[in-house]
Amino acid sequence: MFENLSDKLDLVFKKLRGQGVMTEENVKDALREVRLVLLEADVNFKVVKDFVEKVRSRAVGTEVLQSLTPGQQVIKIVHDELVALMGGGEDNSLDLAAKPPVAIMMVGLQGAGKTTTCGKLARYLKSQRRRPLLVPADVYRPAAIEQLKTLGRQLSIEVVDARADQDPVDICRNALQYAERSGFDTVIFDTAGRHQIDDFLMDELVRIKGAVEPREILFVADAMTGQEAVNVASGFNDRLDITGVVLTKLDGDAKGGAALSIKAVTGRPVKFAGIGEKLDALEVFHADRLVSRILGMGDVLTLVEKA
Amino acid sequence: SRTQENLVGRIDTLLLGKKQIDADTLEELEEILITADIGVATSVELIRTLEQRLKRNELQDGEALKRALREEILARLEKHAAPLDIASATPFVIVVIGVNGVGKTTTIGKLANRYALSGKRVLLAAADTFRAAAAEQLEIWGERAGVDVIRHQEGADPSAVVFDACKAALARKADLLIIDTAGRLHTKINLMEEMKKIRRVVGREIPGAPHETLLVLDAATGQNAISQAKLFKEAAEVSGVALTKLDGSAKGGIVVAVSNEFQLPVRYIGVGEGVDDLRDFEPQQFVAALFQ
Ligand SMILES: Nc1nc2c(ncn2[C@@H]2O[C@H](COP(=O)(O)OP(=O)(O)OP(=O)(O)O)[C@@H](O)[C@H]2O)c(=O)[nH]1
Ligand SMILES: Nc1nc2c(ncn2[C@@H]2O[C@H](COP(=O)(O)OP(=O)(O)OP(=O)(O)O)[C@@H](O)[C@H]2O)c(=O)[nH]1
Ligand SMILES: [Mg+2]
Ligand SMILES: [Mg+2]
Repeated sequence: MFENLSDKLDLVFKKLRGQGVMTEENVKDALREVRLVLLEADVNFKVVKDFVEKVRSRAVGTEVLQSLTPGQQVIKIVHDELVALMGGGEDNSLDLAAKPPVAIMMVGLQGAGKTTTCGKLARYLKSQRRRPLLVPADVYRPAAIEQLKTLGRQLSIEVVDARADQDPVDICRNALQYAERSGFDTVIFDTAGRHQIDDFLMDELVRIKGAVEPREILFVADAMTGQEAVNVASGFNDRLDITGVVLTKLDGDAKGGAALSIKAVTGRPVKFAGIGEKLDALEVFHADRLVSRILGMGDVLTLVEKA
Repeated sequence: SRTQENLVGRIDTLLLGKKQIDADTLEELEEILITADIGVATSVELIRTLEQRLKRNELQDGEALKRALREEILARLEKHAAPLDIASATPFVIVVIGVNGVGKTTTIGKLANRYALSGKRVLLAAADTFRAAAAEQLEIWGERAGVDVIRHQEGADPSAVVFDACKAALARKADLLIIDTAGRLHTKINLMEEMKKIRRVVGREIPGAPHETLLVLDAATGQNAISQAKLFKEAAEVSGVALTKLDGSAKGGIVVAVSNEFQLPVRYIGVGEGVDDLRDFEPQQFVAALFQ
């Protein structure tokens, strides 16, 4: 079923054999294939358009090498540019360099994986010898508070008490004071899922931000998200000025191209990847791995890297 | 601006200043369809059909092209459209499945409310024994709808919950039993086996059941929904789809592909987090919104 990009590009470049330069003409068809691969991976069309333009200007006029087929050469350019776009090599570590208790706020659409990621992150911080406190600020979803409490019990990490009839902003403000009094050095705030077009609920996040002054605002995004990722991410970023992204559910077969869209519109690094439902299923994010996944080609890349 | 970025806006931009529709136009249209999350195979198929209509001189101008595209998408959705008739068996059993976080439990809460209001005796089964507080969540929905929930402890065998729920449904003469299952990614073989077992237990306890296996899809999902539909259908004979979260900015274009490629009716749409936020799927309205 799955034809890979390198086969398709080799077909496109059949005529061009180990000599000459790439021209506008023979790069055109190759770029269409590149475009389709990216669209099929859910990269937003606007992002794809700008990206392909970049690849075109780099490819046209370059000499065809002896060691690589023209297809492989285009792939190398595509790969390198994608890694660059994804922020490969830039610092994507969690920033906790502030006076404790350091606040981390999780935001995102309904069902993206915020609550689960709160648990994972708390576990990760605990393993880094920090002392995290979890705060349930979702008073809307049925049993959301109980969900976070259950995770806290599993991890032996304290979860602040809260009730669904409280104001989320109050819950957060009180929790931060409690953390300060009780010597917690990191406080993770779980917020309710919401659509970026919901003004009332977006406003609530702005007020929570004002109350707890988080060092990190992590936008949690489902790796299966389609073209809407751009609107969603820019909606959250415009209101909250997010500091990073967590890409969840990468343990499936989704390509995760939404991450490129999110990075392109927010400029913020993806910091973590969720790779399962269990609380240890959290990884530091690697741009190059995502790019290989999108291009569907571990093997070709090793070949290309040798050139 | 926003209007230029939606389906119609982009088609309009494509057609701007074009005297006539040609093959190049259609090739670009194909990409536009893919970027409405309509899926590659269905987009290609739609373009092939439009090419034929172009050859028959049916697409004189942009308006005709847009009309034809709408007709073709609508025809594909209508071909499989069918509302769910829960009166066709007693108890009618629905197993609700899907990947993590799409809205299964919420949709069950809304369904329970709808059918309880119409006078049906409804019972819910909390067969998600894995996710933290999943049963508590379903219980709150049960309270809202005024219906009972069969549950076990967290970590219990989901099949055992389902077994008890089937017995209870028969004993209490329920009209409708809805089974909530844990979210699972379609690529996880062991979890898919667990789901198959749930369906087997249902079939053993209530012959002919499940009468509906409802796959829940999130409107914001992109191309991956096709893989979800494919693998869930192979494993669990999916018979219908519920599309959730249409109250956001996503239009759910991917159900065009899912319905078309897997011959699946879309039964319901979710339009919010409240107990009343469930609608029957109306192909006309859906396509109109897609083209808005
Ligand atoms: N397979 C997999 N499932 C995940 C991952 N992260 C979260 N989940 C699952 O996704 C579902 C939703 O996760 P939640 O943490 O409840 O999501 P949320 O964003 O808090 O949801 P709301 O509070 O309702 O907006 C649950 O079934 C989680 O177990 C992941 O990385 N991989
Ligand atoms: N806005 C909106 N939110 C929805 C809709 N349907 C579900 N949700 C929200 O999506 C989130 C996840 O819903 P759940 O019903 O818990 O999803 P699930 O598929 O049961 O999740 P898991 O059991 O963890 O796999 C919750 O925050 C719901 O309130 C909808 O139609 N519109
Ligand atoms: Mg949550
Ligand atoms: Mg559920």
